[in-house]
Amino acid sequence: MARRRAPGVPHDTAAFDISFDGRPVRALPGQTIAAALWGAGVVAWRTTRVGGRPRGAFCGIGQCYDCLATVNGEPNRRACLVAARPGDAVTTQEGNGRAGLAV
Amino acid sequence: MPDSPSEPRAPLDGYDLDGYDLAVIGAGPAGTAGAVAAAGLGLSVALLDAADRPGGQYFRGTASSTPQGGAAFAALRARMATSRVDHLAAHHVWSVTRDGEDAWSVHALTGPDGDGGEPVRVRARAVLLAAGAQERQLPFPGWTLPGVVGAGGAQAMLKSGLVLPGKRVVVAGSGPLLLAVASSLAAAGARVPAVVEASGYLGYARHPRALAVNPHKALEAAYHGGALLRRRVPVRTRSAVTRVHGTDRVEAVTVTRLDRDWRPVPGTGRRIACDALAVGHGLEPRIELATGLGCATRRTPDGTDALVVNGFQETTVPGLWAAGETAGVGGWQLAWSEGELAAVAAAVRLSGRVGPAVSERLRALRRRRDRLRSFADAMAAAHAPGKGWTDWLTDDTDVCRCEEVTAGRVREAVADLGARDARTVKLLTRAGMGWCQGRVCGTAVSCLAAGGTAPGSVPPTPARRPFAVPVPLGALAALDEGEGGESTGVAGLGRCGAAGPGGQGPYVLGEFADRTLDGVGTRGGQGAAATGLRDSRAPYGQSAPEAQRPSSPPPFGIRDASGPGAVGVHEPRDPVVPVQRRGTRGPGTPGGQRPPAPDGREPAQPARPAEPGRSEPSRPGGPEAPAPPVD
Repeated sequence: MARRRAPGVPHDTAAFDISFDGRPVRALPGQTIAAALWGAGVVAWRTTRVGGRPRGAFCGIGQCYDCLATVNGEPNRRACLVAARPGDAVTTQEGNGRAGLAV
Repeated sequence: MPDSPSEPRAPLDGYDLDGYDLAVIGAGPAGTAGAVAAAGLGLSVALLDAADRPGGQYFRGTASSTPQGGAAFAALRARMATSRVDHLAAHHVWSVTRDGEDAWSVHALTGPDGDGGEPVRVRARAVLLAAGAQERQLPFPGWTLPGVVGAGGAQAMLKSGLVLPGKRVVVAGSGPLLLAVASSLAAAGARVPAVVEASGYLGYARHPRALAVNPHKALEAAYHGGALLRRRVPVRTRSAVTRVHGTDRVEAVTVTRLDRDWRPVPGTGRRIACDALAVGHGLEPRIELATGLGCATRRTPDGTDALVVNGFQETTVPGLWAAGETAGVGGWQLAWSEGELAAVAAAVRLSGRVGPAVSERLRALRRRRDRLRSFADAMAAAHAPGKGWTDWLTDDTDVCRCEEVTAGRVREAVADLGARDARTVKLLTRAGMGWCQGRVCGTAVSCLAAGGTAPGSVPPTPARRPFAVPVPLGALAALDEGEGGESTGVAGLGRCGAAGPGGQGPYVLGEFADRTLDGVGTRGGQGAAATGLRDSRAPYGQSAPEAQRPSSPPPFGIRDASGPGAVGVHEPRDPVVPVQRRGTRGPGTPGGQRPPAPDGREPAQPARPAEPGRSEPSRPGGPEAPAPPVD
């Protein structure tokens, strides 16, 4: 998947791992979670509330709320704004991400 | 089961930052130039921005492809670092309220996506809104598939994250941004099988004067055009992506020729294989913070709403200034000029003094602003959406991405249920009621609701969002009940207890706030005392037929600042006043101590009152922000 990285960007020794649905994903310092996922070829990390359709980053600047992900157990984080940190556990958010509140 | 802990959030501790002369919202070229210019004239300035470093969208990130003007902006940023500007990074402004004469509150959430937990209220004597723009989107079948991204979004992700959405990326939509995006994506290693522009570029030729006085713009276009030519990227004009193919992600797109009104010409569809599509139809000013205060808007030539400003960038609400894309999309050079102009004019207003040097500076900035604005208007006219674009929507196309409302349901609301505007469609279908509050689908829903009967190509789009970002109820609860209530009822909203759509946690979104804030406007109309500098010209867009006016338009013009508040002689104020919280959950913030910023950086320096010796804002040869290179 290195091809997705812009040329001239070395494989930074400071690169670190986060996880997406349990599998490791490399991230570079300063990258958002969305950028790290794109770098790994992942473009969808949410399913919609009504149709269950896959979604990922769309506007890229925090305006559209399509990139919501569950990060370290907390749902509805905007992946295009939240910086990736070593060890972050990102999981696909289903619907509103609060299925545990259902009765 | 992708679940989440349902623990309640910790109560939010809010705090106040007091005593600023000017609060600037947005740290793009307009806001940063404005903040630096204001600080150079002796004002204490708070610069609030959602990102963690200044630059806005254009000067975003540190990608290898330094945009044009990058060196000038780096110099400006360096100046800011040594100036009297408190840069409040990772602050998401959700409301601006007017507390009285020369008294404003700017409410913000902190943290990378506003989840930081420490709401902030910044108090200042004037506000400069430089919130920038967002991309305008027109839906088409398949546009919700993963791999379809905003053109500006792809650019932003590339600039800050050094990543691409795919290997073969079609760039489509309308507007000058497309060429820049295609050229960046190609330079970063993506194959760009086509750039698809719904308009043509010949429209520019109808405005020879605007082109002639802005030769740098032609050079810019030639630069991107040349880069695309070298990489053999074909540019198809008068065409659009009318369908995206794929099941779980983009596999191909269909590109169809358009007639003059952007209606697809039957039988001209061509399939292009790709794994991503970057799409956008121009930019829309982000003006909701100002429209919530009653600022008048104008229709721009490409069918967006921008704030009406006078010759000195002041909105129709005295004390609220606007610069950059909020006053009409026009690019970074225009934004820079407007930000500086607004800041200098605000400094004059607050100090009540105009020296010859400042007068000359204002004149020069206005000339420059007017020249760049003429090009922006020509550009906007060339890329105005045609009325026929809705013909490429199928009934099962999602129009509202958040609430998954299809074009068929919107059409049903219009044809069968009698909806004639976007607001009625929203009430009937939930289109525009989701997380983004209609930012993405607003234009499309308005067009469908008007059914092609509106006089312009895009009917008026309501941009009333009393909450500019989702606000946790805890942030509202942290506001003192007695404060803010007079002018906005914000404190009262804390008791509404409205939840977001689909029960997405304790958030308040604009839909519920609408009613509470209805009718809140400006209490403008202060007398316009002359200080020798007066704007004799009409505000932009006065001739625009659809410019909305407040019931009693406040007069334009630089007013006298009232004595003790003037720059350089105002009394020192306690820079930090902890918000008085209702209830007593946990220890409050220590009195007079600013709590550390949530991201761990050093708290910004408290606002200093200007020393008496620095009280002359108009001293000749005063520091000026470096002008961006234009020609």
